[in-house]
Amino acid sequence: MSQLLQHLINGLAAGTIYALVALGYTMVYGVLKLINFAHGDVMMVGVYMGYATAFALGREAQRSLWGVVVIFAVAMVGCALLGFLIERFAYRPLREKPRLTALITAIGISFALSYGFQLDIGFLPGASPRAFPEVIVPSEWFIVGDRDVVVWNWQVISFLIAVGLMAALQFLVYRTRFGKAMRAVSWDHRTAALMGIPTDRIIALTFMLSSALAAGAGLLYAIKDTSVSPLMGLYVGLKAFVAAVIGGIGNVPGAVVGALLLGLVEEFVVGYAASTWRDAVAFGFLILVLLVKPGGLFGRVAAEKV
Amino acid sequence: MRRLAPMLLAALAVLAAACEKKTQPTGEAGGQAPAQTQAPAQGGTPPVGDDVIVLGEVGALTGGQATFGISTRNGVALAVKEANAEGGVKGKKLVVRVYDDQSKPEEAAQAVTRLITQDKVVLILGEVASSSSLAMAEKAQAAGVPMITPSSTNPSVTAKGDNIFRVCFIDPFQGFVMAKFARENLKLNKVAVLQDNKSAYSIGLTEVFRQKFAELGGKITVTESYSQGDTDYRAQLTAIKKTQPEGIYVPGYYSEVGVIARQARELGLKVPLMGGDGWDSEKLFELGGSAIDGSYFSNHYSPDNPDARVKKFIADYKADYNGAVPDALAALGYDAARVAIDALKRAPDTSGPALRAAIAQTRDFPGVAGTITLDAQRNAVKSAVVLKVEDGKSTYVTTISP
Repeated sequence: MSQLLQHLINGLAAGTIYALVALGYTMVYGVLKLINFAHGDVMMVGVYMGYATAFALGREAQRSLWGVVVIFAVAMVGCALLGFLIERFAYRPLREKPRLTALITAIGISFALSYGFQLDIGFLPGASPRAFPEVIVPSEWFIVGDRDVVVWNWQVISFLIAVGLMAALQFLVYRTRFGKAMRAVSWDHRTAALMGIPTDRIIALTFMLSSALAAGAGLLYAIKDTSVSPLMGLYVGLKAFVAAVIGGIGNVPGAVVGALLLGLVEEFVVGYAASTWRDAVAFGFLILVLLVKPGGLFGRVAAEKV
Repeated sequence: MRRLAPMLLAALAVLAAACEKKTQPTGEAGGQAPAQTQAPAQGGTPPVGDDVIVLGEVGALTGGQATFGISTRNGVALAVKEANAEGGVKGKKLVVRVYDDQSKPEEAAQAVTRLITQDKVVLILGEVASSSSLAMAEKAQAAGVPMITPSSTNPSVTAKGDNIFRVCFIDPFQGFVMAKFARENLKLNKVAVLQDNKSAYSIGLTEVFRQKFAELGGKITVTESYSQGDTDYRAQLTAIKKTQPEGIYVPGYYSEVGVIARQARELGLKVPLMGGDGWDSEKLFELGGSAIDGSYFSNHYSPDNPDARVKKFIADYKADYNGAVPDALAALGYDAARVAIDALKRAPDTSGPALRAAIAQTRDFPGVAGTITLDAQRNAVKSAVVLKVEDGKSTYVTTISP
């Protein structure tokens, strides 16, 4: 019983991170119908920005509350800028081209970031994994029995942050002028432009928002698993993408539910079967969902405009 | 700082090679890859003639495994220098001809051909990487020239033929060592195993560990697995925790083991972790932090082994190489060269078959990385050391013999 409970906690903690990354995929897809495969690597860059900031602050400061805030702020603002640059110079010039072109560009950027960061020159970090500093001093929040079930402060903090961000995003999309503009651009960006909506600015803001989210998610991931490497974005990004599709890509609560489900499924597979089955089961789960509900769990099947 | 020393050595090697070219023109260099550099034995090389015995060495002096090749070469050079200082072998001085294989197996094979056909070496030393040694072994075996690899641990290397020897133990032996240590020194009864499913090395160690630990009366509670590159091991560790083991055997590489240690402690698993030479890296302490303290791993050699022979080797090595502490590869290179020199002394002549027979008769040879006895499969039957991780470094605990 205690084992089951511990698996549940571990699975939710993993799913929470997937959820935050999946939100970025879902937002960009919702607005542009673009699967931004570089999203996971933007997350990785954010982690390294946080890593560098933590080291610049030093051991004492990085563990204080303001230190953590600075680390998150630097990484999120830095990534927002990176997202802006990627959108401005890689995606915008291709916006009127076939969608496949932008997809391939996204894959190209993904590889450029993940392999570029393996170089060992100047400020670039080199290929081998590094230990992320303990910016949130770990402490146990509740323990069942004699350490039979362990819950850590950062697990609870991450979960609350993810739920909070999801709620904020939902509010932003459905209750604000910016959200209304986003939805209009998503519906038809040419018509939206004719109606006086600054399409380019809305799209750029969406990218910056999703990239900042990725940085935040990446830092929570680094705090959770402590080891960071230039290839981490490929792996987490792919899983989050699967989660977004399971939930119905373009749908904000769907991304979160899909991610939590995926985290739990993976945890139970590894805990009760074998780690080699993890990816097979994750993708099997995706296929199953798509067979039963082609739009994802929360998605609507919309007729493609051809 | 750690990188500085090998780089300095590399720079010295290049300088030495550049000087070497003037005093010793290779003449017949036509048609050979120009990238192959030569480095002499430490302390100057007498001209090649009838009064010298030429040994060949192939190693990675450049490329991804350059630190391995440079350490090995330094160890070999030290052994040859000592032998020459004692008057050489059969009244002749020893010379080592070193070729760089740029960390590539195909270059290594080419270098062996060159050593045999042009330099007429009596014996070949190398390589560190098993893949390069396999490529070399084929050529050496076909030509009937004995070859000794200092540190290739893959079992298939010496299976290439009866001319191929090694002075290190093979991979599965470490599983045996840890099983014995866990049972007899740590007195553990119940141990769980967490293996890397993607690595033949890890699976090999696990297999032997499980078998030997059970043989010695212990119980394996559960065997869980992970895949190289994972960063979340909580599911496996939760399953392991349920079985209440007294220790966990994790025969993986340092990049994963450090994280595993942290997450094990986080889940309340306070028992020691145990592993093999895949743990041997400074990175282990960075990734594992204080969580890895109190864990044990097996290795070829420890610089703080109190043995007098090891102490002398370290002092001599430091004197020759700017105070650098020899690593396991330097120690094994030194041992390989000394086994070769010992066989040269005992052999009636320096022909391939005579030398081969002499090497095969190596028994209880006192190496710095353990006592070496070669078995019928030409593998070294020798002891391993067990190291304990404490306060961000590893310290010598004991030596385990087969």
